[in-house]
Amino acid sequence: MIKFIEPLLIEYSLITAFALIGLLVWISYILSGRLTRGRVHGSAVAILLGLGLAYAGGLVTEGKKGLADIPAFAGVGLMGGAMLRDFAIVATAMGVHLGELRKTGSVGVLSLFTGILVSFIMGGCVAWAFGFRDAVSITTLGAGAATFIVGPVTGTALGASSEVIALSIAAGLVKSILVMIGTPWVARSIGLNNPRTALIFGGLMGTTSGVAGGLAATDPKLVPYGAMTATFYTGLGCLLGPSVMYFLIRSIV
Amino acid sequence: MAIYGTALLSFCLLAGLLAGKLLGWMLGMDGNIGGVGIAMLLLVLLTDRLKRDGALPEPSEQGILFWSSIYIPVIVAMAASQNVRAAIHGGPAAILAGLLATLACCALVPVYARIGRSQDDDSPLP
Repeated sequence: MIKFIEPLLIEYSLITAFALIGLLVWISYILSGRLTRGRVHGSAVAILLGLGLAYAGGLVTEGKKGLADIPAFAGVGLMGGAMLRDFAIVATAMGVHLGELRKTGSVGVLSLFTGILVSFIMGGCVAWAFGFRDAVSITTLGAGAATFIVGPVTGTALGASSEVIALSIAAGLVKSILVMIGTPWVARSIGLNNPRTALIFGGLMGTTSGVAGGLAATDPKLVPYGAMTATFYTGLGCLLGPSVMYFLIRSIV
Repeated sequence: MAIYGTALLSFCLLAGLLAGKLLGWMLGMDGNIGGVGIAMLLLVLLTDRLKRDGALPEPSEQGILFWSSIYIPVIVAMAASQNVRAAIHGGPAAILAGLLATLACCALVPVYARIGRSQDDDSPLP
């Protein structure tokens, strides 16, 4: 039986990836509901499981592309590759309304730039502390401290190594999970109970899944406000990461 | 038709990537500078204009929204094809970077909420 299945999975690799990732996401949402009562968002669990599978794939094949190094799962590499990834990320910009952004005012824009700058500085300092000395790696880890999307987009653009890119995703993931779990706990002390603060919160934190999950656990009515600025954070981060931030960090290093 | 939306999305991504490449070339860098970000801004501006003109009917919009909704699974696939085995060695770095960035940005929320605040802006949701 396996003799027939494997060639089929290899020939229709992208379809195999859709089925596999769909299954993974389904399991993740069940785990999220059962084990954490939805406190850790299903998408965060799915990404964690994905990283876990990548680790397993790396152990089995000793390759550099995680699960995608196993021939039957090569389509995962295509599905998660630069082409489809960038395509899907750009599509999320559809959730943003220009008029609502204008209403956010200058504080919202200011929070976006500050959130990105502070994250890059924090991530960059940690990279330096852990012995990274090249501007590309420091910028990529700084980008990862922004979000787990800005990290790989910046890393790919600058030609960072796969290990550093994986590290930047892990950093972004840590941030995303922390925001998801921590938001309801700190909401009261940072005054997170109105649309304006939610917009600023989204702009400063940036991680869309983290902000959406965290705000949903705090007050579902705040989600669209925080998610809107967070959506811009990713775009702005992708824009500034491989350009302004890279030049800034290169001039310091 | 859905393909109109998907085609528009594709056009935005290609144009953004091209602009990013040109920007990189102008700055003497062999790489793409913010192509994805430029594409996102382009999509927001174009769809906003088209919607105002009534030139973006629901089915066309669905051609974009599908890809927007598939973004988390794509990120899951991306995570599953990374070199995690090598990254495990740098574990504490990732945790520390994520933790410090979260704490620092979180502490800034009340500071920014105070800037330019007016009374009716800050009323809690009913």
